[in-house]
Amino acid sequence: MTQTSTPAIEGWFTTGDEPALIGSRCTACTTVFFPRTAGFCGNPACSGEEFEDVELSRRGRIWSYTDAQYQPPPPYVPTHAEGEAYVPFALAAVELAEGITVLGQVAAGYGVDDLRVGDEVEMVVETLYADETGDRLIWRWLPLNSGPVVELGQESDA
Amino acid sequence: MSNDVAVLGVGMHPWGKWGKNFVTYGVHAARAALADADIPWTDVDLIVGGETVRNGYGGYVAGATFAQALGWNGARVATSYAACATGAQALDTARARILAGLCDVALVVGSDTTPKGFLAPNAGERWDDPDWLRFRLLGMTNPAYFALYARRRMDLYGATQADFAQVKVKNAKHGLANPNARYRKEVSVADVLGSAVVSDPLHLLDICATSDGAAAVVLTSVDYARKHGIAAPVRVKAVSTVTPTFPNTVMDMPNLSTDSSAVAGVPERTFKESIAHAAYEEAGIGPEDVSLAEVYDLSTALELDWIEDLALCKRGEAEALLRAGDTTIGGRIPVNPSGGLACFGEAVPAQALAQVCEVTWQLRGQATGRQVEGARVGITANQGLFGHGSSVLLSV
Ligand SMILES: [Zn+2]
Repeated sequence: MTQTSTPAIEGWFTTGDEPALIGSRCTACTTVFFPRTAGFCGNPACSGEEFEDVELSRRGRIWSYTDAQYQPPPPYVPTHAEGEAYVPFALAAVELAEGITVLGQVAAGYGVDDLRVGDEVEMVVETLYADETGDRLIWRWLPLNSGPVVELGQESDA
Repeated sequence: MSNDVAVLGVGMHPWGKWGKNFVTYGVHAARAALADADIPWTDVDLIVGGETVRNGYGGYVAGATFAQALGWNGARVATSYAACATGAQALDTARARILAGLCDVALVVGSDTTPKGFLAPNAGERWDDPDWLRFRLLGMTNPAYFALYARRRMDLYGATQADFAQVKVKNAKHGLANPNARYRKEVSVADVLGSAVVSDPLHLLDICATSDGAAAVVLTSVDYARKHGIAAPVRVKAVSTVTPTFPNTVMDMPNLSTDSSAVAGVPERTFKESIAHAAYEEAGIGPEDVSLAEVYDLSTALELDWIEDLALCKRGEAEALLRAGDTTIGGRIPVNPSGGLACFGEAVPAQALAQVCEVTWQLRGQATGRQVEGARVGITANQGLFGHGSSVLLSV
């Protein structure tokens, strides 16, 4: 057996006990970008071209959420075995302390009924699909509380 | 010094799934617009095509493709691509040459033949393309983005799935008598809520389809219009094709993330707000003067976002307008009197021009069966991929 678990995409997140998304911080103006960038700083007031890797906050708040009730088209890779039924999954856009909102699937076993705008979630690493090399991993958002309801208007609409 | 140009002719090929080449639709729309303007093709000195990216080389050079199909007439040529805003950008190119005195009569044409089902990315692995990665890493379809915006309205403003369904009901009613609409059938709230959920909270009938279709506009200088015997033409008062301002803090298709606001701060306006704001500023006309709006209802809920982005009401109040019937024909500010994308489906390079066609018919009082009485000012709005969006403001 040489099967291993490797990220589905290289260099976007760390694995281990406390996994985190990896962003780029402009060395000139300190603006953070995700996914990592090696090109030009997106801040129009900055001409920086040098970046250093930075781990993003592991926790954030839900900006919004949905799910995929139908299997998405390729290049999405189906996760279920042939002959088995497609299992819908939830998706969330999450606002991090870095002032950046990042999309991700929601951790396995959670659906839209477990989510609410403003709820806190934590970044985890789970298996996205398996290929000939083994499990391919992806970042996901794990709901930390499914109880309290956010007050209307509490979130800014920026 | 007026920056107005005249809309002398508009024309469309009906939206649908006709199984023909995009050139066929484009020529049909072009000839309809030229006939409407009573101007022969041989008098056109600039043709601008909206590029279609799904129809090979002929689509990449759409302007020349339409010119050749109409018969080479020596006109200057340009082709524009700006995703959903393609038609508006093409219109702006024509307007700029007319205002610069470099052109008298311009013909702008957009046409498309579209595939079935989800708009999926082109084949091949592209690990640096967000439009590919969003499918591969997240399974994030277009409707999933629309659903994020819809869900925010529910959690923040108390919108319901029945509100979204009501937008569809309204637009279906608006489009009933529109000869260019693909879907001309009444729809009930129960129909929408009974259709399959695609991406929660949106049902199949909340989401617009893709269609074949073509639209064309003949633009001239106001002087030329007068000499042509049209003293009070519909005028283009503004074409806004602004890009976002950093940081863009709204999750936009097909991105996996937003810009960070930590250093630059949250901008005064969101991208969609800024598109409309620029149109109002350029025209010197405010939202209070608008008689009707044609907005990009890729989903029912998105129409509610647009109403607020166009400053037709305050943030979070669009549902109240909808429920009061204000956005229905006969109401205070009818939205999508054409029936919108709900009745048309999306034909990307033609859609922004189709919006201009509808507003023109409305301002001329020719929108039979869907006329907004006394319409004086109309505004269009759309947003597409990769920082594209547009708003065209027209008046009589
Ligand atoms: Zn910088």
